[in-house]
Parts: sequence; structure tokens; C-alpha cells
Amino acid sequence: MHRWLLRGLGLGYLAMLLAAPVGVVFWRAFEHGIGPAWDAVTTPDARHAFYLTVLIAAIAVPANTVFGVVCAIAIVRRRFPGKGIVNALVDLPLALSPVVVGLAFLLLYGRGGWFGSWVSDHGIQVVFALPGMVLATIFVSLPFVVREVVPVLREIGTEQEQAASTLGASPLQTFARITLPSIRWAVAYGVVLTTARALGEFGAVSVVSGHIVGKTETLTLHVEERYQSFDYVGAYAAAVVLAMLAIGTLLAMSVFRPKEATR
Amino acid sequence: MGLATAYLSLIVLLPLAAVTWKAAKSGRTGFWQVVSDPQAVSALKLTLVVSVAVCAINAVMGTVIAWILVRDRFPGQGAVNAIIDLPFALPTIVAGLTLLTLYGPRGPAGVNVAFTRTAVLLALLFVTLPFVIRTVQPVLLELDRDMEEAAASLGAGSFAIFRRIVFPNLFPAILSGVALAFARAIGEFGSVVLISGNLPFKTEVASVYIFGRIESGDAAGAAAESVVLLVITFGVLLAIGTLRRWTTRHDRA
Repeated sequence: MHRWLLRGLGLGYLAMLLAAPVGVVFWRAFEHGIGPAWDAVTTPDARHAFYLTVLIAAIAVPANTVFGVVCAIAIVRRRFPGKGIVNALVDLPLALSPVVVGLAFLLLYGRGGWFGSWVSDHGIQVVFALPGMVLATIFVSLPFVVREVVPVLREIGTEQEQAASTLGASPLQTFARITLPSIRWAVAYGVVLTTARALGEFGAVSVVSGHIVGKTETLTLHVEERYQSFDYVGAYAAAVVLAMLAIGTLLAMSVFRPKEATR
Repeated sequence: MGLATAYLSLIVLLPLAAVTWKAAKSGRTGFWQVVSDPQAVSALKLTLVVSVAVCAINAVMGTVIAWILVRDRFPGQGAVNAIIDLPFALPTIVAGLTLLTLYGPRGPAGVNVAFTRTAVLLALLFVTLPFVIRTVQPVLLELDRDMEEAAASLGAGSFAIFRRIVFPNLFPAILSGVALAFARAIGEFGSVVLISGNLPFKTEVASVYIFGRIESGDAAGAAAESVVLLVITFGVLLAIGTLRRWTTRHDRA
């Protein structure tokens, strides 16, 4: 009796909140057949938005992966002044509104910003252009690799690394032969989460992009812009592309997910 | 290690400093003027009330769902477990669009909550769904059932067992999940922007208000409101962290 009640409550909640809405979007996108949906996602603007989204992720994800591994090693293995601050700063992007993140980059690199005149004197456009969007994406997707790698590094301990260096391995050799193989699944999981966040970021990118159609419009911004211009098929079709990327992410997550018992 | 610190300073610290500096530059009176603007106050109030409601609903439903995923057996359980992370993987704008499609004006269900406060609540519930489930689930998996069996053999009913044995063990995990959900809810933008209609004094949340300030060229106002949002977020996270530490210490004593 209890069991059925709880099961009904939990599954009903998930169905209403999650399964039904996502299902309806797929249905709406293909309401008029596959043809119009396909046409909508292959317009030059949509294709450029897709290209830009992938390009930004292709810069932000490797940058955050390298930083994430280095930073995790620093947090777990090294002692340095301000370590507590570094630890707190890494989690900060999770607690910040994406709009505030966007505002921060405007205030740094925009007109009248701290580095605004310096970058424009050097002919670089950061805000309302690719560099600003990349910076905002790096900011919001920064914590994931660090947070996945830190617990694994703690758990594996330092004995093998110490043994390797006693036997004459250089720090780089120790890293490549001992540390990296033991953290590779955690890194992979972190990369999946980083990629998901980078592909799907909306708020921060929305503020710094300037919404120039066909120029600084990512796929998420494209969904909004199409919806606001009452092109529902275009909005739903682009949303379905993003939803399929998300489902791909879910599959990758279930492959790389750290087993609860070993955490 | 210098590299990591430099990267962090450049990407995270410097931008934040710029926001704080901009807010501080308007002075105490200027700052107060922006923050006490009725529209800003209304947006902040709505954000806080809805975020607290989201935390309460998540604490209950998250625990229920974690429970049926760990202690129950039913066909399709693996699939249900997998889709829990969908709100994390799905871009927020798509999340908002999906909710609007089903519960909006052209929705097939005949329910229309678009441009109401219910819509804001719905959007925030969607994006915060995984947090409590994913923090409670591992604790529930590792929870030893001996105590529950002992309580049952001593004649405790299932509600008493839950209240006296299971819940105290899960409480710290629930709090961690709630803290993550609160931090997410209070700053959420993408999922709310389409479905809420952003009506000032009615459905406009704080992040949308900040966005509006930015769009109308009032960076100082946006920065001031951002600082208020930041201070509230850190205050609440600190309070939840303290409560969590306090309850765990209490258990062991």
C-alpha cells in the first residue's frame, strides 16, 4: 500500500514535470512532418548558430579540462597560501546567476569597462563577439572537471606516485604513467558535464553576445529568437537538436558515471 | 600551480571584482536608491519566496524519488534513474520551452499557466530536480538496514521507522541538495524567461530584472542588484552549511 503510494507519487511527479513536457516538444517539432523541421534547422542562420555553439564548446572544454586537472592536483596534493580561497572560488560559478556572469564581462571588456579601451585600442572586440562568449562559457562550465577529479585524487593517495619518483621517474612521467590513468574516468565524466554546460549555456552568453543573428547567435539564443519571432517550427526544431545533444550527454554520463560505492 | 591560480583569478575573480566595484562606485545613497526601487524589491521578493518553495518541494519529492529508486523495484527503473539528470543536460532555454509547450497557451493538456507565478515555480522545479535526488541516493544506498529491521521487530510502524531512523540519517544529504537547489533557483534565468512573460511586479524574477537593467544601459543598477543577490545567496548557503554541520555533530554526540 505504502509502496504503491510512494511509487505513484514519485513517478507521477517525474512524468508531469519531465517526461511529458519533453515528449511534447518532440511531437511539436515533427507535427508537420520531418521536412519542415529539417528545413528549419538547415537555414544559414541555424547552421551558423550550430557552428558557433560547437566552436565555443571546442575552446572552452579543453581549456577547462587542462585547468581542472591542474587545479585538482593543486588542491589535493600541494600546500600553498590561499588554498581555501581557491577551493571556494572553484565552486563559485555554480552559485552565480548567469546574468551576473554576463554583466561582469561587460563591465570588464565593454565600453567604459576596466579593459574596454585597452582591447578596443588593440583592435580586439571581446564583448558582442566570440571572445566574450567564450569567456562567459568558460566561467559557467569551470567547476565540473575539478569537482569530479578532486575526490578521486584524494582516494588514490600518494603511495604509487611516491614509489614512482623514488624509482627515478620525473614529475611528468609520474603524472603520465601513474596519476593520469587513475583519474581518467573522473576526467572523462567531468568533460561530459563541462560539455553539456558549455553547449547549453544561455543567460551569460545572452548578455555578452548582443544577439546579432547569423553572427553572435548560438543555438540556445537561436531557439529564443525563433520563438520570439513566432517561428514555432524553427524554435522547436532547434530545441530538438539541443535536446538530442542532451540525451547524448545523458548516455555518456551513464557510461562514465563514477560508481557510488567507490566514491 | 601559479597557472591554476592565475586562470582562476582572470576568469572568476576579476569579473566579480568588476561587478562589486561598479556597485560600490554608485555610493551608499545611489546603491540604496537602486535596491529599494519597488520593481527591484518586488522581483527579489518573488525570487526568494519561489526559491524557498522550490527547496521545500524538492526536499520532499527528491527524497521520495530517491527512495523509490533505491528501495523499490519496478520495471523501467534504470530508465527513470537515467532521465533524472536530463534537467542538468538540457539547456535552460529548452527546458523553459518544453514547459511552455505543455503548460502554455497552445498546450494539448488544456492547462495554461504561462505568465503566472505558477509558471516560475514550475520552471525552477524543473531545473533543480536532480539536486536532492542525487545527494540523497548514495546515502540511502549505503544506509545499513539493520537498524530499521531492529526497529520493526521492536514494533515500530513504518512511519515511526522513517521519522526516527531513516530521516535523521538522510537529513544532512537533504540539506546539501537543498543548498544546491537554492543556489540554482535564486539565479535562474534561461528557463524562466520564456514561460514567465517577465511581467514587472508580477512574474519578474531578480535575474530577469538585472537583465532588463543591462539592456536599458543601466550597468550600475544591474551591478547593485547583482551584489544584493550575491550577498543573499552566500548568506543562505552559509546558514544551510552551518545547520548541516550542527545537525551532523549532534547526531554523533
